[in-house]
Amino acid sequence: MNLDELYQEVILDHYKRPRGAGLREPYEGESHQVNPTCGDEITLRVHVEGDKVADVSYDNVGCSISKASASVMYELVNGATVDDALAKLAEFTELMNSKGQSEGDEESLEDAVAFAGVSKYPMRVKCALLGWKAFQDALIRAEASSGRTNA
Amino acid sequence: MEAASKLDVEAIRADFPILQRRIGDKPLAYLDSAATSQKPVQVVEAMRRFTDHSNANISRSVHTLGAEATEAYEGARAKVAAFIGAPSPDEVVFTKNSTESINLMAYAFQNAAFDPAADPRFKLGPGDEVVVTEMEHHANLIPWQQLCLRTGATLKWIGITDDGRLDLESLDEVITERCKVVSFVHVANLLGTVNPTSPITRRAREVGALVGLDASQSVPHLPVDVTELGVDFIAFTGHKMLGPTGIGVLWAKADLLAAMPPFLTGGSMIKTVTMERTTFADAPAKFEAGTPPIAEAVGLAAAVDYLDKLGMANVRAYEKELAGYMLERLETVEGLEIIGPRVPIGRSATVSFTFEGVHPHDVGQILDAEGIAVRVGHHCAKPTCERFGVNATTRASGYLYNTHEEIDRLVEALGQVRKVFG
Ligand SMILES: Cc1ncc(COP(=O)(O)O)c(C=O)c1O
Repeated sequence: MNLDELYQEVILDHYKRPRGAGLREPYEGESHQVNPTCGDEITLRVHVEGDKVADVSYDNVGCSISKASASVMYELVNGATVDDALAKLAEFTELMNSKGQSEGDEESLEDAVAFAGVSKYPMRVKCALLGWKAFQDALIRAEASSGRTNA
Repeated sequence: MEAASKLDVEAIRADFPILQRRIGDKPLAYLDSAATSQKPVQVVEAMRRFTDHSNANISRSVHTLGAEATEAYEGARAKVAAFIGAPSPDEVVFTKNSTESINLMAYAFQNAAFDPAADPRFKLGPGDEVVVTEMEHHANLIPWQQLCLRTGATLKWIGITDDGRLDLESLDEVITERCKVVSFVHVANLLGTVNPTSPITRRAREVGALVGLDASQSVPHLPVDVTELGVDFIAFTGHKMLGPTGIGVLWAKADLLAAMPPFLTGGSMIKTVTMERTTFADAPAKFEAGTPPIAEAVGLAAAVDYLDKLGMANVRAYEKELAGYMLERLETVEGLEIIGPRVPIGRSATVSFTFEGVHPHDVGQILDAEGIAVRVGHHCAKPTCERFGVNATTRASGYLYNTHEEIDRLVEALGQVRKVFG
């Protein structure tokens, strides 16, 4: 097994210096997700302004893959339009389900292509998707409560 | 060391083909036997011989194969009974695993709640109490917890000290006159603690409660004699004791089994049946509805033979020494913190630890790259994790086929973890 492929510099960097970490207000949707097999957890909030993801904030415990993935996701979706963010979600999910057959499009996924290697490790794919799952869920909740803010 | 030398580990290893495997270009060091043990050729061959030669359903046919299969299955029961010192093979119920065995017990209480004529020992309601410990595998927690939620009884538990031992000081407070059943783990799967049984059984007797053991991690590793232990029931599972998956055991005293309502119902567990009602067979058949795991029982019997031949006292002595070595070596790793007892007394060769803030998933991944198989996560003991303020641990667990060299490799590989994440 090639560990370098899994633990790429980019991933370790995001793990050690997570971007956008911490829970912030205001937000309209909040999601709590757990990975029942390993106990990893994330609480994630989404603040939507108009058609834009105005802030994504989160607090998580977990392995390097799940923490780095949340950090990379923050960079990708924060400030993007909701539609673009959902497109990234779909693209990243597809990459994770590629079983090592895809390299990912660096143009659109940026640092997240570093996770291509993770897709070969079925036990770790869930780690990489945990934050994204929380984002998707928080977004749904934000839309459900649209107009109202919890701040 | 004298006792340890009674196991010829090299010869034992030769019986386990999987131990020759390589993971990438590294030899496998299998340190995850607490999750499931590996199986010697003797077990696989016994199952194969049975399947190739005698396979048939049991207790249903007069043909030769049917008779052979029945004999093999009942022979396995007798072998298991002898292995745990049970007074009679009829006290051994075959199940799917420990989890089912414990559910079978818990459902005896739940089903008794609907039966006005049920034995009072199984009557549970508001005001009654059920006691477990804080170091249970979920298998010996959730069935009792749910039973209490459904019957209105109260679940109580014995806590854990900072050293990873049961807090026996609190015993008299936790186990009171209201207690109907105490079910506790014999050897804890996350902490590696070997619990003393007599203070708990004594207290349970004092208050007239039934008492049972989750013996999933003890029967594979140390001599277990149910008569000596003085408990009412124990549960264990084939796949952790060199046997196949798909078979577990519930042992319970004959008079309890006689009083317990069945858990699963259907074929093979009846005396007579009409469209309106059914009378049940005597135990153990009463608790073995449907076609049981026959080939698996044959495999389990072969595993019992294997362990018997080595001698459980020898296995225990070897693993005690191995546990000492694991603790001693792991303690030298900077940044590593053992969760559970730190001395090899009242302890199994299962050692959980945290490491320098590196998540166990990452530790496990890097160890895997070195060919070392450990388990990472909460080990189905979330409350225990919570007690020690951790989300997950890395757990190395040894068995009769593990060597000092494998422990050395584990310790060395932890250095690699530091290199990647340091
Ligand atoms: C202490 C303990 N109890 C119960 C179980 C459950 O065993 P099984 O999954 O075979 O039912 C295990 C194994 O994971 C265990 O370690």
